[in-house]
Amino acid sequence: METEAAKLIAAGLAVAPLLGAAVGLGVLFSGIVNSMARNPSMSGELRAIAFLYFALVEATGLFGLVVAFLILFAF
Amino acid sequence: MIKLNKNKFGFLNSSLVLPSMIITLISFPFLSYAGGASMHSPIEQFVVKKIFEIQDPFFGYDISFTNASLFMVLASIVPLLILTMGVRYAEMIPGKLQSISEMLFEFVENLLIENTGNAGRPYFSFIFTLFLLILFGNLLGMLPYSYTFTSQIIITFFMAIIIFISVTVIGIFRHGFGFLSLFLPSGTPLVLQPLLFVIELISYCIRPISLSVRLFANMLAGHTLLKVFGGLAVMLIGSGSVFLMPIAILPIGAIIGMTALEVLVAVLQAYVFTVLTCIYLNDALNLHH
Repeated sequence: METEAAKLIAAGLAVAPLLGAAVGLGVLFSGIVNSMARNPSMSGELRAIAFLYFALVEATGLFGLVVAFLILFAF
Repeated sequence: MIKLNKNKFGFLNSSLVLPSMIITLISFPFLSYAGGASMHSPIEQFVVKKIFEIQDPFFGYDISFTNASLFMVLASIVPLLILTMGVRYAEMIPGKLQSISEMLFEFVENLLIENTGNAGRPYFSFIFTLFLLILFGNLLGMLPYSYTFTSQIIITFFMAIIIFISVTVIGIFRHGFGFLSLFLPSGTPLVLQPLLFVIELISYCIRPISLSVRLFANMLAGHTLLKVFGGLAVMLIGSGSVFLMPIAILPIGAIIGMTALEVLVAVLQAYVFTVLTCIYLNDALNLHH
């Protein structure tokens, strides 16, 4: 029973990196919106860059999620 | 002045949300079956099932044909069919299929040339195949009742390790010992050089792991999230309570939105995997340009 509880707590703690990913995405998109506002002619190019970095930043948070899944289901 | 252009995001309405609604509606019988009396685990969808068994006659390994292998075969056949059908009767004014195949081809070609320059041209066929396999693996996985083979770490890791090894071999063949200068940015002070060399070497060796886990984690997380919300909706509907049943509209709405996001992520991850492969290839082809 205690191992079960410990597992759930550990899984909850393991998704903490998602916070960092959320902050990172916020910074990323604020930067993109700022640059688009300053130079609208670059919008198309900036959007492509935004999508690439969106995927890269999001992945760092998902690493934490994978660890949480491992703790919950693999042990 | 910031001008909000509604047309820029108009494609989201027509091309993503409507199919997502259809997908959600089709997959509901399945969800109700899966969520039924006893709540199933949301990662049960990733179980590899044998379709027919094959034993390796020499070493005794189990090399059965599984649902993962079936969808890998499909993901290789579908783009092949689209491309062959598209360019079979090629015309000056392309039809739908021909446009699709030409767009795919030009997209990957631009990607490769932008990132690696002319030196990357010989590797175009590999990059194109890789892109199509991942793209169609992800997209076929979004269909109800199907299987996403990119959500298996062994498959993505194998792809990544092949890329890693071949890129290293290409780099060594082209530059010999000069390839080691990849690990030493030019203009480093002598004191820092050993430390920086070790750090760069580690970051180089970690590449296949980050490349494979990125794709795998995205697919795993997205599909699990969909299943969790689906289970929630089914539990609310199945409760039979007059107060709880209308609340089920919330998770159903969330599923529709998330399916749209997942289709976007499926395309995006295929793109990111290809772009990173091109960037790694560029490192090996053009040292410090």
